[in-house]
Amino acid sequence: MADLNIILSNYEGKKSDLIPLLQEIQSEFGYISEELMQQVSRFTGVPESEIYGVATFYTQFRFTPKGKKHISVCTGTACHVTGAKQIIEGIERYLNIKEGETTKNGEYSLESVGCLGCCSLAPAAMVNDEIKSKLSLRIINKLFKEYEPSDS
Amino acid sequence: MNHRIHRYTLINYCGDFMNFKQIVHQEKKDYNKLLSDKTAIMVGSATCGNSAGAQIVKEVFEAELSEVECEIIEVGCIGLCYAEPIVLILKPHQPGVFYGNVNKKRARKIAQSHIIQDTPLPELALGTWGLGEIKGLSPIFEQKPLKMQERRILRNCGFIDPTNIGHYLAQDGYSGFVKTLQMQSSEIIQEMKKAGVRGRGGAGFPTWMKWQLCLDSKQETNYLICNADEGDPGAFMNRSLLESDPHSVLEGILIASKTIGAEKAYIYCRAEYPLALERLKIAINQMKSLGFLGENILGSGFNLEIEIKEGAGAFVCGEETGLLASIEGERGTPRTRPPFPTTEGLFGKPTVINNVETMASVALIMQQGADKYSKVGKGESKGTKTFSLVGQVKNTGLIEVPLGITLKEVIFDIGGGLIDNGEFKAVQIGGPSGGCVPSQHLDTPIDYSSLLDIGAMMGSGGMVVMDQGTCMVEVARYFLEFIQKESCGKCVPCRLGTKQMLDILTDITIGKGTEKDLDLLPDLAEAIKIGSLCGLGQSAPNPILTTMRFFSNEYQAHIEEDVCLARDCTEYIKYVIDPELCDGCMACLKSCPLEAISGSKDEVHSIDLLKCVKCGTCLDLCKKKKNAVLLMNKS
Ligand SMILES: Cc1cc2nc3c(=O)[nH]c(=O)nc-3n(C[C@H](O)[C@H](O)[C@H](O)COP(=O)(O)O)c2cc1C
Ligand code: FES
Repeated sequence: MADLNIILSNYEGKKSDLIPLLQEIQSEFGYISEELMQQVSRFTGVPESEIYGVATFYTQFRFTPKGKKHISVCTGTACHVTGAKQIIEGIERYLNIKEGETTKNGEYSLESVGCLGCCSLAPAAMVNDEIKSKLSLRIINKLFKEYEPSDS
Repeated sequence: MNHRIHRYTLINYCGDFMNFKQIVHQEKKDYNKLLSDKTAIMVGSATCGNSAGAQIVKEVFEAELSEVECEIIEVGCIGLCYAEPIVLILKPHQPGVFYGNVNKKRARKIAQSHIIQDTPLPELALGTWGLGEIKGLSPIFEQKPLKMQERRILRNCGFIDPTNIGHYLAQDGYSGFVKTLQMQSSEIIQEMKKAGVRGRGGAGFPTWMKWQLCLDSKQETNYLICNADEGDPGAFMNRSLLESDPHSVLEGILIASKTIGAEKAYIYCRAEYPLALERLKIAINQMKSLGFLGENILGSGFNLEIEIKEGAGAFVCGEETGLLASIEGERGTPRTRPPFPTTEGLFGKPTVINNVETMASVALIMQQGADKYSKVGKGESKGTKTFSLVGQVKNTGLIEVPLGITLKEVIFDIGGGLIDNGEFKAVQIGGPSGGCVPSQHLDTPIDYSSLLDIGAMMGSGGMVVMDQGTCMVEVARYFLEFIQKESCGKCVPCRLGTKQMLDILTDITIGKGTEKDLDLLPDLAEAIKIGSLCGLGQSAPNPILTTMRFFSNEYQAHIEEDVCLARDCTEYIKYVIDPELCDGCMACLKSCPLEAISGSKDEVHSIDLLKCVKCGTCLDLCKKKKNAVLLMNKS
């Protein structure tokens, strides 16, 4: 388990530390829990309500855990015109979850994101930190075989 | 590597530029040796390459060539993304050969045949590079997609290792910065003015003027921020440049900071670009060890520290005042201007905010001179511009063209026309703030003013090509949905107005539009344009206004005739199987995710319209077989 104190020791606790701090916490813990938010508030002196306000403003921050394989499907323009919506719906059907949800066994979570910068090979999606491009409905099944299928 | 570290310390200790010249001389020698005396394999490993499998290809080369003396180098992207993974093979005394669409099998073949047995494979190659000929192949830069381009900002992309500062130095890197060390700020600004460079972040504000305004505010502390937020969906120019040649951007940051007297610079880069962030971090560390960052840089008395700030996924933070708020640890809501950031910016201090490509242009101008820079371009639009050419076009990728080139040349000559022999409908330029340009305006030159005349804008450089199968009402709805989600909510016209426009557009795309909507939309658009606080809201109506202007027939068809002319909006369409063409092969039946297709072997299949979710899998599948699945309007 990640240690919050180690993370905090890299920061001075200034207001401008807030976003980088939340980012590091999220990358270590996977999401920002209520308890973590309280501790950040104590450390920075910024009220919890304000931290919550800042964190919810940015789409990057999550308040629920994500799956072991976190799938972010690009919904940028290039991906949109090449069928991103069908890809999302296809994955939703395959995993039996909706966008923004995590499978019951905690294996997969799905969300849509802004342009991944891989527009020339659209449609694209990111699985954890790895970008998959030129997706089609037909290769979704194959894509998941690569990650050993789950029975959600 | 050791000799390099030794050389680095040299630069640090002696302030005279003799050291710099000696180092550059040595780096050039090394780099040229790599190109002409060694066997080298350059693997395009930017995000586009990696997503297509470049790392696997690299591993194959490493395995196949473990016994062969050669260097395998990860380089950036040469822009021909449609052909990724791309590999450049260099052998002594032969022209280099670019291979495209390399997979494991091809990599093995190339390693065995070209590298080990010295027999190039023209049938797998894209073209040659450098002196000499190979039968059956033409030089890659003589082929249309590259020939029509003018690669200046992207000159190094795909040819140097972005994680090796030596490669950048070998291309005269940092020579522009070294020049500015002997110049006054006024002289540098004069040079920028002479070059006529305008900001590449969207608005096209003259760079020299921005710097001058910052100096004029006469305060002790100034900041420089490089805007690498690139939130425009469908655009990736900045990402590609940062991944392929980060030092060119960093050199620009050095020059700009020196000019405005900033001792602290920030790079605000999206978190969605992990590779760009990683390469920037490496590059910054190398600058430090070379003495290009820190205190008393190259003995000149100039100090600079660069800090990377990761964006957290908010488009509006690309707007400069939103960006400032975000760095300060607030919600990224823009504020009214004036005061402009050049007088009251980060932490209340004068701040210059420049785009990534602007920074690279600055470095280029200082390296090669203002005259050379301003020779290309048209009127008030000088130099070149990078664009990401994507959508339904054959040669998708990153391009760089002289300003003044026409849209037609870009899409049909460089882009090679539409995929699947589709028919062109529109090109979307400038992202959510831009507009859709129809075919009758394809002769429009790409420059700041001509694009504004037809209701679009240059923007940061996203160019999405659309064919007849794309519904323009749906495109407008898409952008409005994007804007509405990204609206920060501070001002009413943007927060509520975009929601209203989105609701109306959604209604039209699901068959609930009315005649009245077509009058309401332009009225709302006008109000939002005038009343919004920042550029996000002010430009939000552009996609609607341009599509209504050029494609009013599509709006009308939805409302009056109950059809979607492009057969794109799901509410308006249905998939059916043509009994004449279907041979009952069962392929679609097996592939349908909803088991909505019935029939048995060798008998005509049929689609249950109640079960069908219109995903299009069957059509995709049958297109190449019998083409028996038809996409039709419901009514
Ligand atoms: C909603 C919105 C988003 C923007 N996004 C970006 C961006 O992603 N990158 C960028 O460089 N400029 C962006 N801009 C423009 C910046 O506000 C600013 O004009 C630019 O960074 C200035 O740099 P330049 O003078 O080098 O063009 C955006 C503007 C608006 C209104
Ligand atoms: S639009 Fe999907 S990667 Fe850019």
